[in-house]
Amino acid sequence: MKTELNKAATLNYSNGQVTALVILRMLIGWHLLYEGVVKLYNPSWSAGSFLMDSKGIFSQFFFDLASNPAVLNVVDFLNVWGLIAIGLGLILGLFNKAAAIAGVVLLSMYYLSHPPFIGLKYALPSEGSYLIVNKNLIEIFALVVLAVFPTGLQIGIDRLIALARGKSMKTEELEKEPA
Amino acid sequence: MENNNNSNNSGKKGIGRRDLIKGLAAVPVLGALAFSTSKKSSYDQNLKNSILRELNIDASIPPPTGPMAGDPIRLGIIGYGIRGKQLVKAAGFMSREEKEKLQKSALENSNDTRLKDFMDQENLNVKFTGVCDLFDIRAEEALETVTTDDNQPKRFRTYQEMLASPDIDGVIIATPDHWHAPISIDAARAGKHVYVEKCMTHKVNETYELYDAVKASGIIFQVGHQHRQTQSFLTAQDVLKKNVLGHVSLVQACTNRNSDNGAWQYNIHEKANPETIDWQQFLGNAPQIPFNKEHFFRWRKWWEYGSGLAGDLLTHDYDRINCLFKMGIPKSATASGGIYTHNDGRDVPDVYHVIMEYPDFKMGTSQENGKEKGFTFMYSATLGNQFGGRNTLLMGHDATLELLGNTITVHADSRSTRYQDMIKDKKIDPDVPLYAYNPMANGVDGVTSATAKYFANKGLLFTYRNGKRVDSTHLHIREWLSGIRNGTKVSCGIEEGFEEAISAHMTTLAFKLGRKIEWDADAKKIINVTEEEIDQCDFITI
Repeated sequence: MKTELNKAATLNYSNGQVTALVILRMLIGWHLLYEGVVKLYNPSWSAGSFLMDSKGIFSQFFFDLASNPAVLNVVDFLNVWGLIAIGLGLILGLFNKAAAIAGVVLLSMYYLSHPPFIGLKYALPSEGSYLIVNKNLIEIFALVVLAVFPTGLQIGIDRLIALARGKSMKTEELEKEPA
Repeated sequence: MENNNNSNNSGKKGIGRRDLIKGLAAVPVLGALAFSTSKKSSYDQNLKNSILRELNIDASIPPPTGPMAGDPIRLGIIGYGIRGKQLVKAAGFMSREEKEKLQKSALENSNDTRLKDFMDQENLNVKFTGVCDLFDIRAEEALETVTTDDNQPKRFRTYQEMLASPDIDGVIIATPDHWHAPISIDAARAGKHVYVEKCMTHKVNETYELYDAVKASGIIFQVGHQHRQTQSFLTAQDVLKKNVLGHVSLVQACTNRNSDNGAWQYNIHEKANPETIDWQQFLGNAPQIPFNKEHFFRWRKWWEYGSGLAGDLLTHDYDRINCLFKMGIPKSATASGGIYTHNDGRDVPDVYHVIMEYPDFKMGTSQENGKEKGFTFMYSATLGNQFGGRNTLLMGHDATLELLGNTITVHADSRSTRYQDMIKDKKIDPDVPLYAYNPMANGVDGVTSATAKYFANKGLLFTYRNGKRVDSTHLHIREWLSGIRNGTKVSCGIEEGFEEAISAHMTTLAFKLGRKIEWDADAKKIINVTEEEIDQCDFITI
């Protein structure tokens, strides 16, 4: 049986690769965590107006989310705490892979609600010029990279968890496993 | 390779010091984020606090009104056209046809909450015991709309019969302008409470007569300037009270509409004919002409029945400013304009400009006393363009206040005396709003037609109470009913109505006579116009 740590070892990152991936992970974590905290501390914040400005083929889905106050409350709650949890996960390297995947899902919602496609105009201004590819999409794929190349076991709490688990296993088993 | 070593290492010894460092290496990053977040938040908060402390603006609470408990108040609706329908709806009764239409629209567009807003409206505890409209179809529609299980309303053929009825406590008047004063005067004399649409009167002299009749009667009298209920206006009042703007020298208000409906090309009903319309009664004090259904449905296009842009739209903007400044009737007024877009037989202009002078009006100042005095109110309107950029602006020495519907934005003036130090210290940036008030920040509103959007932007369609969207006309009627029930004050009573009507009529006289019209505040009279000229302009001698 392979432990997570052994699995990680097979990835064989060089120091430079680990450093680059961990920095990318923390930058995205910082961004999402701060976005969540700002919303948490702004009592009048709600995703409502953003959702109502949705365009494209999925817009009806986002309108439905926004038009029911009870649903909107849940959406707001999940959004704020989702951003905070994902941000913490990425910065701390805690459940690294799950955090990256959750981030992909959340950011995909943002992207799909406001796709920068030809002919779609939004009330909320964007700070740059985008066609199909925007910063959300780039951040989504950066998170895909982080999910495929997780670094929590190298630098992060995931390492401590794996070690703690590994300790409770039979040491022999660990030693038998090829690196 | 290092990783392999580490995993072996950990396998043997459990969690070592190196592992601990690697496991928790990210924690300082979190600390750095927490530190920067708290630093940024206290920086923002300090900046905001120092501005708010300086400005000290309160989003004022709405004026108190009492409960709607007790026996239902028995109302009569006089005039069930476009506005009459809206007023009856605001009082709690919507036609089946409209309900179905809104239901369908809400299903198609989830932004459209008009039906829901209506259903959520407070029950005002009224019943319409009488309806009066000169067009049979509309009278029947009105009857159908206000009939309930325990209320069978009566159709009155004339308003006089309605006023004579003991089953009526108050009337809502939404007739053409030339009928506002005669009905209101008779209602006041009959002791019936009055809610009358703007312009309060159609002619100069009937304005005095109505003023005296209401003063002598003790009835509760309200003019239909429902924007007085709009929360942003109440907040703007506080902005002025706290002298945030400094001395205001110029106020600008504008109308830009570019649709048939906006130019009063209202629908002519297919069943309109001399049998279904009481034409003689419609004419009233207007020049006697043969039956003309266009005149009946599109009466705003002729001075004989309407008051043009002055009575229809200037009055709203004038009253918006009067509710903020309480500046009353101007010392002088000029007006100019013409029919430039809708040359279709109408005789009222579709482009109209008004300058009202208030040379003695004093308000707050940030400079030495006596340096600043007086201001101009400028109104500019066209019914041939719909550019949205001409918002209401109160231009002060220290700041400019922009009013758009339910929102207020205040920008400091870069040459302000009051804020010069804060601007120098970079605490205030003249390009960034000093103060912004937007009660709907969390909501999105579905306003359909262009004309509806125009009214929404003027704060005339709806406002917000406790974050909830409410029809401002509903609140305005409620305030009137509370006056009747509880003796609370109304915000647009006979004094405000008198000021509104005289100011509007001064511009009409100026337009028709082609000269500046002056007002003597002590004598309460227009001074440089003869009675003959007034009568001529008011169609009394024609």
